[in-house]
Amino acid sequence: MPPTGIRLRIKRKAVPYTVLLFSTLLLAACSGSWNDPNPPEKPGEIVYYGSFSTRLQHLDPVRSYSSEEALFIDQIYEAPYRYHFLKRPYVLEPALAETMPKLSYFDAGMNPVASDSPELAYSVYTIHLKKGVLYQPHPALAENEQGQPLYLFKDKQSSQQYTTLYDFPETGTRELTANDFAYGLKRLADPKNKSPLLGFFSNYIVGMEAFSKQATELSGEVSGKGRRQEWLDLRDIPLEGVRALDDHTLTIRIKGLYPQFSYWMAMHFFAPMPWEADRFYHSPGFQSRNMTVDWYPIGTAAFMMTRNDPNSGITLERNPNYRLDPYPSEGTPHDEKRGFLDDAGKPMPFIDRVTFRLEKESLPQWSKFMQGWYDRSGDDSHNISASNFDRAFVVSGNGVDLSQEMIDLGITVSTELKPSIYYYGFNMNDPVVGGYTEQKRKLRRAISMIMNTEEMLEIFANGRGQAAQGPIPPGIPGHVEGEEGINSYIYDWIDNKPRRKTVEEAKRLLTEAGYPNGRDRNNGKPLVLYLDTTGDSAGPIADWRRRQFEKIGIQLEYRSTDYVRFKQKMRNSNTQMFGWGWLADYPDPENFLFLLEGSQTSANCQCDGANSTNYDNPAFNRLFHQMKTMENSSERDAIVAEMVEIVRSDAPWFGGYHTKEYYLNNSWMTNTKRHGIAKDAFKYVRIDTDLRRERQQEQNTPVAWPLIATFVGMIMVVFPAARAYRRRLTLRIKPQIKPQIKKQTQKQTGENS
Amino acid sequence: MFAYIIRRLLYAIPILIGVNLITFFLFFVVNSPGDVARAHLGEKYVTQDAIDNWVQEKGYHYPLMFNGEAEGLAKATDTIFFQKSLKLFTFDFGQADDGRNISSDVLTRMGPSLALAVPSFIIGIWVNICVALVVVMFRGTRLDKAAIALLVSLMSISGLFYIIGGQYIVATLWRLVPISGFEPGPMAWKFLILPIIIGVVSGIGLGARWYRTLFLESADQDFARTARAKGVSELGVLFRHVLPNALLPILTGIVVVIPSLFMGSLLMEAFFGIPGLGSYMLDAIRAQDFAIVRTMVFVGSVLYIIGLILTDISYTIADPRVRLN
Repeated sequence: MPPTGIRLRIKRKAVPYTVLLFSTLLLAACSGSWNDPNPPEKPGEIVYYGSFSTRLQHLDPVRSYSSEEALFIDQIYEAPYRYHFLKRPYVLEPALAETMPKLSYFDAGMNPVASDSPELAYSVYTIHLKKGVLYQPHPALAENEQGQPLYLFKDKQSSQQYTTLYDFPETGTRELTANDFAYGLKRLADPKNKSPLLGFFSNYIVGMEAFSKQATELSGEVSGKGRRQEWLDLRDIPLEGVRALDDHTLTIRIKGLYPQFSYWMAMHFFAPMPWEADRFYHSPGFQSRNMTVDWYPIGTAAFMMTRNDPNSGITLERNPNYRLDPYPSEGTPHDEKRGFLDDAGKPMPFIDRVTFRLEKESLPQWSKFMQGWYDRSGDDSHNISASNFDRAFVVSGNGVDLSQEMIDLGITVSTELKPSIYYYGFNMNDPVVGGYTEQKRKLRRAISMIMNTEEMLEIFANGRGQAAQGPIPPGIPGHVEGEEGINSYIYDWIDNKPRRKTVEEAKRLLTEAGYPNGRDRNNGKPLVLYLDTTGDSAGPIADWRRRQFEKIGIQLEYRSTDYVRFKQKMRNSNTQMFGWGWLADYPDPENFLFLLEGSQTSANCQCDGANSTNYDNPAFNRLFHQMKTMENSSERDAIVAEMVEIVRSDAPWFGGYHTKEYYLNNSWMTNTKRHGIAKDAFKYVRIDTDLRRERQQEQNTPVAWPLIATFVGMIMVVFPAARAYRRRLTLRIKPQIKPQIKKQTQKQTGENS
Repeated sequence: MFAYIIRRLLYAIPILIGVNLITFFLFFVVNSPGDVARAHLGEKYVTQDAIDNWVQEKGYHYPLMFNGEAEGLAKATDTIFFQKSLKLFTFDFGQADDGRNISSDVLTRMGPSLALAVPSFIIGIWVNICVALVVVMFRGTRLDKAAIALLVSLMSISGLFYIIGGQYIVATLWRLVPISGFEPGPMAWKFLILPIIIGVVSGIGLGARWYRTLFLESADQDFARTARAKGVSELGVLFRHVLPNALLPILTGIVVVIPSLFMGSLLMEAFFGIPGLGSYMLDAIRAQDFAIVRTMVFVGSVLYIIGLILTDISYTIADPRVRLN
């Protein structure tokens, strides 16, 4: 008998599960696209869907110094100034300030002097603040009817019911005052907050160093035995260079002349911090629940954070207390054509919520963008890999154009030429490639000539970049386009474009440098150079580099190490050649030229110097100190041009390029112009949610036949298997009785009968 | 048995110290405290004062293993090893180098890890056993040979291929589920179904082949033949007689990994954007966060030891002849 009991039991059990499975699938099918990764939206709400690829470390405005984190911080915090969204070259405009700062100069005795006075000792920035600016709703500012703070805790137990900031039922707000800026800067100066710019600003802001020492002494911190938990009221400690003259006037006194200081005042390091928030976050037990200002920001900007899970996602919502902030009505002529001025004068922001999801891998991120679940190809990075680039763009003689597939989907592109430079550097202290003799210069120039950056960008970066003609990238004052802007040591101007000099020319220079055919003239040994790298010594790009050097007979060897070792080598100047890069903090040539200034070498500054090549040319240094304190002018441009020419002649860098990034926007996105420096872009963005819904449905119809095919396939496998099994169970051994046995059996039967 | 468990737990202490020592040694051979400080303070404008301040505040200014300048017991206790690694034995994980509370993060991330690992584990075992038993039922036939060929092919394919291929086909081409992401609560199934299926399918090759070998050894033994002679169906023989008798080696492989399910899966969590402990560990290694790395290694070691003890206990349940002495 076949085991009917088992079969029936399986069947009976299977029925409810099958019904459940199909009901779930049916429900899912009815509820819209099956692959929608986003949570349901509230009716009428305009939500932006974005992503970030790196787990955040810090959201404290005085501590964070990464562009990935600025993507969030700059939507929440504001500084006194900000960059104009549309104008190019980059221009500052007031943000929390009412007007641009008023600058006055003083000598050591605080007597007013002229800006070019040799006795100038201090510059004072006077900042008039906007009135009526309110903080976002926050429990730290919640008060009871008597005006007392609602959430003050004496011990851990009294606050244990609050595990996140969003557990507090009451919130409050108050007006921004000049003292909040002073408090923010004092937090920066308090070593406990570990601001990466404390050392830098101590060189400029008067009294910051003394403040740091006093804060450390007063905190009574025992090093290494635990972080100071209790709140230190920084209002009680004076910071000499920062003063609130009244509620809406702030002065900052800096040492000497530093015109670039205005740019720093557009960064989140200068964001205001209400002292009540600092007190609130120092409540007992908050630290152990991750309730710190590092994770729960409090700001005045267009958005506030309402969900902070750095492990999976972050949500920002419109700050209900945000002031009237109209969309810019001026821009470049090109902006009008592209519709970037269509919303001129309208109050921002245009979206209610920004939802970011942590996407570590580029493949899922790209797929979701193409399916319409993300509004842009990337937020903290463009996220277009080489293979996706080929799908998204067509590279032709006219440049890079969108592919037909992208055009059909209505996708638009935003380009961003970052104020950055990536380059290979020579260690100028190296006995082979370093030094300032004409022979050494010729050797470096020969290498610069054969390092075909244009080819490298074409092959390995889909043409996303521009070969550098000097240390200053496009868009920064001092960068010169056209024939006048080329590096004439390396390029010729032919057919209205720069053309790299020939290999023969490089060989000639190499011979003059003492290495005919790549061999040392003195001993006949081949010239072997070493490139320190964190990458592989094999692979396409490594082979490509090797081939460049082989063009003039130089052997290139790689010295690969991990990043930590590489950094140690750089600090100790234990390199010969290396790859390096710089992303500017502000759009000024000083922020690039200081990378070559002599005092910035590791040896001279006894620090992790920014001058990676140890380049130290007295003529360059003198000009640098001259231009550093000048306002932008034709005179300054001339000095910058002279400095650039010195660098081109000495050639401490080679193979440099400036990156150009392409971001894709889905068809429902407008006001998507990219800014190379500012990150506060979400308040400008507009979304057509009806179009998005329509496109999402079009692009995400589930393909159900594989499910049916799988089901049928399973039946086709299970059914014959079940039949085979049943056949085996009913298998009987056929009687094969031999004749004599049969006869014997019959005989026995007969005898018995 | 109680004495046995206590003894095993005591044996675990030197093992855990050894594991901590190796982790500590490996980490600080590669990184100096200054390097860790630089990784956290960033690349630009970092001064030596800022590095010293960071090192001091995080307690990395102590000597690594022995403090010659200290007095008495402090020679051993005022060291990075004691302060950072041995304190783990009190389950005081402290703060990550970015200031977040590690215990809180571990607890938060355990949920998504378990949501992925537990169904993958249970369904995986069930499917592997079923496939193995079915193959054993048809042993010696063409179906058996075809199944072995298929299982060998499945186990030869890289896990990454299953993930990328699965994401591309199921989520991108067919648009049946979201390609990645995670939402806590009832919507989680939508994000988990694909990684679970991929986890199960990618494990069939190895698991089913291993179980098949174990079942084959028992399938023709006397007790199985007796059962068949008594008229028990083949399915009944396999599930009621062969499976329990082949359970000991299966338990060896299974029970030991049960506690480790808490640790999550590095690859799956990274590719499917699931905020579990696997990706926590990966992020910490990338960020050179020694506080998290040492915690995760410690927790992993503790869970593994618990797994081994549970395996021993499970033997006594599966086979009454086994006694833990």
